[in-house]
Amino acid sequence: MAAYIIRRVFGAVLLLLVVSAVTFAIFFLVPRLGGQTADQLATQYVGKDANPESVAAIKKNLGLDQPLYVQYWDFIKAIVAGADYKFGPDATHCDAPCFGYSFKSHVEVWPQLTERIPVSFSLAIGAAVIWVISGVTTGVISALRKGKPVDRIAMIIALAGVSLPIFFTGQVLNALFVYEVPIWESVEYIPFTESPVDWAWHLMLPWISLAFLFSALYARLTRAGMLETMSEDYIRTARAKGLKESTVVTKHGLRSALTPIVTIFGMDFGLLVGTAVLTETVFSLQGIGAYAVQSIKDNDLPIVMGVTLVAAFFIVFCNLVVDLVYAAIDPRVRYS
Amino acid sequence: MKTRRVTAGVASVLALSLGAAACGGGGKDDDGNGGNAKKDAALTSIVNASDKKGGTVTYQHSDVPDSLDPGNSYYGWVMNFSRLYGRTLTTFKPAAGKEGLEVVPDLAESLGKPSPDAKTWTYKLRKGVKFEDGTPVTSKDVKYAIERSNFAPEALSNGPTYFKAFLEGGDKYKGPYKDKSPEGIKSIETPDDHTIVFHLNQPFADFDYLATFSQTAPVPRAKDDGAKYVQHIVSSGPYKFQSYQEGRSATLVRNPEWDPKTDPIRKALPDKVEIKFKVNPVTVDNNLLSDKITADAAGTGVQPQTQPKVLSGKLAKQTDISYAGATQYLALNVHVKPFDNIHCRKAVQYAIDKQSVVDAMGGAPKGDVATTLLPPTVNGYTKFDTYATPGNKGDVDKAKDELKQCGKPNGFTTNLTARSDRPAEVAAATAIQNALKKVGIQAEIKQFPSGKYFSNFAGVPSYVHKHKLGMMSMAWGADWPTGYGFLDQIVNGAAIKPSGGNNLMELDDPKINKALKEGIANTDEAERTKTWGEIDKMVMDTATVVPLVYRKNLLFRPESAANVTVTQAYLGMYDYVLMSSAK
Amino acid sequence: MSKLEKAALGEPAPLAQSDADDVFLSVRDLRIHFDTDDGLVKSVDGVSFDVARGRTLGIVGESGSGKSVTSLGVMGLHRSARAKVSGEVWLDGQELIGAHPDEVRRLRGRKMAMIFQDPLSAMHPYYTVGHQIVEAYRVHHDVSKKIAKQRAVEMLDRVGIPEPGKRVDSYPHEFSGGMRQRAMIAMALVNNPELLIADEPTTALDVTVQAQILDLIRDLQKEFGSAVIMITHDLGVVAEMADDLLVMYGGRCVERGPAEAVFSEPRHPYTWGLLGSMPRLDRDETDRLIPVKGQPPSLINLPPGCAFNPRCPYADIPKDDVTRTVRPELTEVGSRHWAACHMSQEQRERIWTEEIAPKL
Repeated sequence: MAAYIIRRVFGAVLLLLVVSAVTFAIFFLVPRLGGQTADQLATQYVGKDANPESVAAIKKNLGLDQPLYVQYWDFIKAIVAGADYKFGPDATHCDAPCFGYSFKSHVEVWPQLTERIPVSFSLAIGAAVIWVISGVTTGVISALRKGKPVDRIAMIIALAGVSLPIFFTGQVLNALFVYEVPIWESVEYIPFTESPVDWAWHLMLPWISLAFLFSALYARLTRAGMLETMSEDYIRTARAKGLKESTVVTKHGLRSALTPIVTIFGMDFGLLVGTAVLTETVFSLQGIGAYAVQSIKDNDLPIVMGVTLVAAFFIVFCNLVVDLVYAAIDPRVRYS
Repeated sequence: MKTRRVTAGVASVLALSLGAAACGGGGKDDDGNGGNAKKDAALTSIVNASDKKGGTVTYQHSDVPDSLDPGNSYYGWVMNFSRLYGRTLTTFKPAAGKEGLEVVPDLAESLGKPSPDAKTWTYKLRKGVKFEDGTPVTSKDVKYAIERSNFAPEALSNGPTYFKAFLEGGDKYKGPYKDKSPEGIKSIETPDDHTIVFHLNQPFADFDYLATFSQTAPVPRAKDDGAKYVQHIVSSGPYKFQSYQEGRSATLVRNPEWDPKTDPIRKALPDKVEIKFKVNPVTVDNNLLSDKITADAAGTGVQPQTQPKVLSGKLAKQTDISYAGATQYLALNVHVKPFDNIHCRKAVQYAIDKQSVVDAMGGAPKGDVATTLLPPTVNGYTKFDTYATPGNKGDVDKAKDELKQCGKPNGFTTNLTARSDRPAEVAAATAIQNALKKVGIQAEIKQFPSGKYFSNFAGVPSYVHKHKLGMMSMAWGADWPTGYGFLDQIVNGAAIKPSGGNNLMELDDPKINKALKEGIANTDEAERTKTWGEIDKMVMDTATVVPLVYRKNLLFRPESAANVTVTQAYLGMYDYVLMSSAK
Repeated sequence: MSKLEKAALGEPAPLAQSDADDVFLSVRDLRIHFDTDDGLVKSVDGVSFDVARGRTLGIVGESGSGKSVTSLGVMGLHRSARAKVSGEVWLDGQELIGAHPDEVRRLRGRKMAMIFQDPLSAMHPYYTVGHQIVEAYRVHHDVSKKIAKQRAVEMLDRVGIPEPGKRVDSYPHEFSGGMRQRAMIAMALVNNPELLIADEPTTALDVTVQAQILDLIRDLQKEFGSAVIMITHDLGVVAEMADDLLVMYGGRCVERGPAEAVFSEPRHPYTWGLLGSMPRLDRDETDRLIPVKGQPPSLINLPPGCAFNPRCPYADIPKDDVTRTVRPELTEVGSRHWAACHMSQEQRERIWTEEIAPKL
């Protein structure tokens, strides 16, 4: 098991390296293909009053005058060993993991990321709890009441949930419950450590809108999984033993039906941490998804790299966790 | 609620009498019941005037500032806002209407004392002004602030660099981060802690306006760490940073070291000022309409989808449609045929239906028909219309007549540029295209991204000539609200640059250049201001500029917002020094 | 409907009249119909039989003949709302079909247990064999996990699994087919059930293991004295074990009687076919009787008359086309031996002795 984990972690690091190299290449090569030179890039950062002198200064300071591979090497080196930068009277040291300084605002990228990760993570985790509970419950009930009105209504709602875009449900919820019937004073991120109750309360609307989409998806998945599992032979065996129906459904049925859901959940969750852009934008939450969009708009390479790697990290990490959880759930995976 | 209204009413009556005493009723005040102020009331008066201390003013913004560091911003709203925590040598009077354009001393005891040639400017600093840490503010801190903001592009590249351009030896000095010599730039002298003297390389009578820039807010050298300074700005104003989260939010609280006795212009009523960035623009509007926040910091008006909600009905009286201090115009390049011929330019002047352009750009809430280059809220604006047409709808006969004189009786073909990511500009271009068609001028619309409009396309004469970009869409707002601040960058021959220039017409008229130079050297303010209107007329006589729209903002003031007035000095947004809140 | 009335309606009398008092399971006119989108599926349509303690009943038939459905019906495992179950199932004097589902559930696994066909799919892949046996035990016995586990080890030992103390913690997929079936049996027997239903218990296994498993079931039956129902499509499996046989076709019983009688004097053409498809070690493949031709009938639209008529080579022997119009009822053809066929006793005797038996 340990060897397996080490192998997976090693693979993950390698993958992140590849992701970083590709991102780096895209950032520099695509604009270059579109006619963007290092000079023009630097001109953008200087802003309204660009003169050759300040452009040259910025170019040098951002390392844009270096060959690409040197820039990439410096970038990786900074993550591992930290780096020194000069954006003021004295050189400042940026501790590892150093993702460099924003081209645009000159702030260290890493603290910016660590401030935003909790927002995205809170958004994802709360929504995940809601959608897993509601989605799986609905799915199970639907499966057990297949064809009955409960099932039909649930599946119609689920279809709506899958079809409605988040910026629609989000805007509607926002307009309804913050402005028309102001149950919520505002939607914002309040750190969990500050007040868990406020944290949950003020994130409830984004959670619900995000969870609506996903629980719809999960309800359908769970329903399909349950229908399949409940017709398995071992369910009949469980019943033949004289087990209570609730035990049969939860212990024998749901456990198997959840296996594929765990896999999908891991991927969804990992992906969501970095990509809940729409929800973050609709509710003005400052997560890394919104940060990514802003940085891409600004051509701010260090932030683009930072958010890409963080998002990739979450996806890789969640997949690793999924694999381990999967092995824990299904003994057949462990030994093969 | 009842209490607040009554209090506000009493307070505004008080303000009315005070205001009348102070300035002879420069602004028409409200009807004494602040909460029920009329539409556009904040254009000419202070709405919900109040002297009540306390409360929290809450701002939201759909974007991020370039920086809240007073030395690293070019944004008008930051300049307005930063006055809460940075005192500049001079500033604009927090007052209603035209009065808001008046420059008044702030950190300085009085306005600058110019030498007769307007090349040397001396300011005396007020005594007793302290930073938030209790250390006294000296002239050296002001000098340092100007050095870091103008001469260190490697760290602070956002702000304008007028000081660098106008200070003697500004092109040589390497900035405080590279040049660590204690004397710094030699053309700024600080003979004592309360005197600062600027030596300029040319006469410059608008210097008091430059001194309003947030760049003159003092910065203690010991606390400066370049680009990182924004995270712990040292306040010299009535508020200091309690928290600052890059790109997300900031909270300002009272600065106990601020002494109201040293500060005649700030009332500093609220206890707290909060600002939040990157809020969904529609959410900002909804928050305004539901009175959850005090103001939209951007000050550029509500979103198109919010307009219908506030233009009529009971919310309409809470709106102010202010001039944004900017003009949308069409630049006709004198080096692209047939615009080298003034008659062809005049044909365009007469042919364009300006009313249709205003309509295309969003109608009355978005702007008025423009007949001059200077917008009405800039010092020097003079009303005239060189190419008047009935109802501003264009005059086909006059246009055709000019075409004949140009030798193109059947019209001609040309190109018209617009910024692809500015839908209003594209719509305006289409309206222009339609109007020109009526006189036989075929204009093909060419769209370019705004991010590269000046650096790669319209601002590059060689590109313009090669691709025959005869007509170019352009919008301009002044860096400071005087005719010179507005015109110099766009009509002076010196503003023609190989790339990134703003003089899109490539207008290099010796008369105009000379008038600008002489005007700015004139220390008589009234005469100087008069010059700008004359230059505007001269520009219009060349027919190289077709003014289209004076841009406007549709602002909304929530009920809880108090002391609300539009400041013409900062692009027609509300004055943030005055603003307080009943909340 | 009382038993008496049913008898009056031509219902067959109990199989083992002689030990009627000993009858442990009595199924009367069991009907299990499924309402599907295609129509009503009459999987089981009026089946009756009895099993006494210590006796083995073999139920034989092709897939789709209703034998498995019958056994699941006895166990009360047709939960679906679309299943319509009628008739009576008397287990040790208690009627189950009309009983509360919870009551039946409490009997399930304790008083009556079932061994399923494919132990790989019938055991939960995520739980250890031991866990599944423990679960089966604890649902009916209020004991600690530890004691239950001891019991599981004991049962695994009893069914002949080597190193049961170790194997108890293995997962089903770690067992061989035969071992899994033993574990399945251990699970079924953990509560000493008085009725054991084995549904094709050896189908998935190779011949040697088959014999071992059958021996095991037989031994355990002796030990526990349970009543056993052995369900199979293969007469060979039940040849040695069953005391009585019940041959099902199209959801109905076509022949039943003491195993010996059914084997030596089968009185239904379908039974002849089954016997023909029985593997015999003493004969060459080529000599074997041609097995039953054609496909099992659709349970939605059973052929009119005798359900077997489309496949029966002797369908034209009875006069007036009665085979295709009238459904034959079970008639007594020997001592406790019943068959449902329109051919006369003589005709069947003649065909069996002259045409069929010699080829077997």
